[in-house]
Amino acid sequence: MSEHIISSKLYYAIWITLLVLTVVTALVARVDLGPFNTIVALVIATFKALLVVLFFMHVKYTSEKLTKIVIASAIFWLFLLLALSMADYTTRLLN
Amino acid sequence: MSDSPIAVEQHGPELLHHFVDAEQQRDAASLGMWLFLATEIMFFGGMFCAYLIYRYAYYNEFAAGSRSLDLKWGTINTAVLICSSLTVALGVRAAQMGKRKLLVILLLLTIVFGFVFLGIKGKEWHDKYTEHHIPGHSFNADDLVRDYPQIHIDQQHEQIYFSLYFAMTGLHALHMIIGVGIFVFLTYYAWKGRYTPKYYTPIEIGGLYWHFVDIVWIYLFPLLYLIDRKPLG
Repeated sequence: MSEHIISSKLYYAIWITLLVLTVVTALVARVDLGPFNTIVALVIATFKALLVVLFFMHVKYTSEKLTKIVIASAIFWLFLLLALSMADYTTRLLN
Repeated sequence: MSDSPIAVEQHGPELLHHFVDAEQQRDAASLGMWLFLATEIMFFGGMFCAYLIYRYAYYNEFAAGSRSLDLKWGTINTAVLICSSLTVALGVRAAQMGKRKLLVILLLLTIVFGFVFLGIKGKEWHDKYTEHHIPGHSFNADDLVRDYPQIHIDQQHEQIYFSLYFAMTGLHALHMIIGVGIFVFLTYYAWKGRYTPKYYTPIEIGGLYWHFVDIVWIYLFPLLYLIDRKPLG
């Protein structure tokens, strides 16, 4: 958290972008892209989350490197949880 | 800060005696909140993991269940949360600039958006209740079987989708209720004039929490509502 005060114009631009992406993701879901429907939906969601974290949550402007390490670690733990669980379930010989 | 080694410093909330300066104090508070949010990511992560495993196992039932949700209300609710995140971000800005009235208005707007979200969520849950889509004795997915003639739908597996739907949106709604509670508290003290450009840490920290809950919904929306919206045929 720094003293940096972000201009309200930038906040409004982020807000409009997030709203547009919400409409885009809902519309793209109606188009048959095969397995890419899920990928497109998750890429858009991740881009939206990134905008919120960097600008609304001020991570882009923080001088505290520890904050960035905590965020990177949290994402890495989540990745471990999901990846190792799926590595197990997708390689089990069920039924 | 005094230059004296035995500094008799001010004991206001803007600089507690164990911090070097105000910036260090703010960074420490922010870091602590991010650590808490890391545990929240793991908390929701368990649910996302369960979702991933069952979606992989029972894709047809997840697709049918997802299609039965109301896309219009889901999209509107996503927009409502994004608007609330904007009012929070502008609120922090107002606090940084010492605009007390604007801060109070923006915090109140955030609370209103929070209630709108919860109201729409409640309407959607009620729809699921009338459609007998709540897992349990009265669960019935015959309507989904009828709407989806080309694929086999197992009623038991369909209940797993709806169990996860209610667990994930329920846990998220609980976070929203807690968030509204925090913001009522923040609004009261903002109105009393506790927050100044020198000390607005609670606004910043509360804002981080609110944005995190928004991000969880940003992922829940495509994962629950948009699994399969392709035209049938």
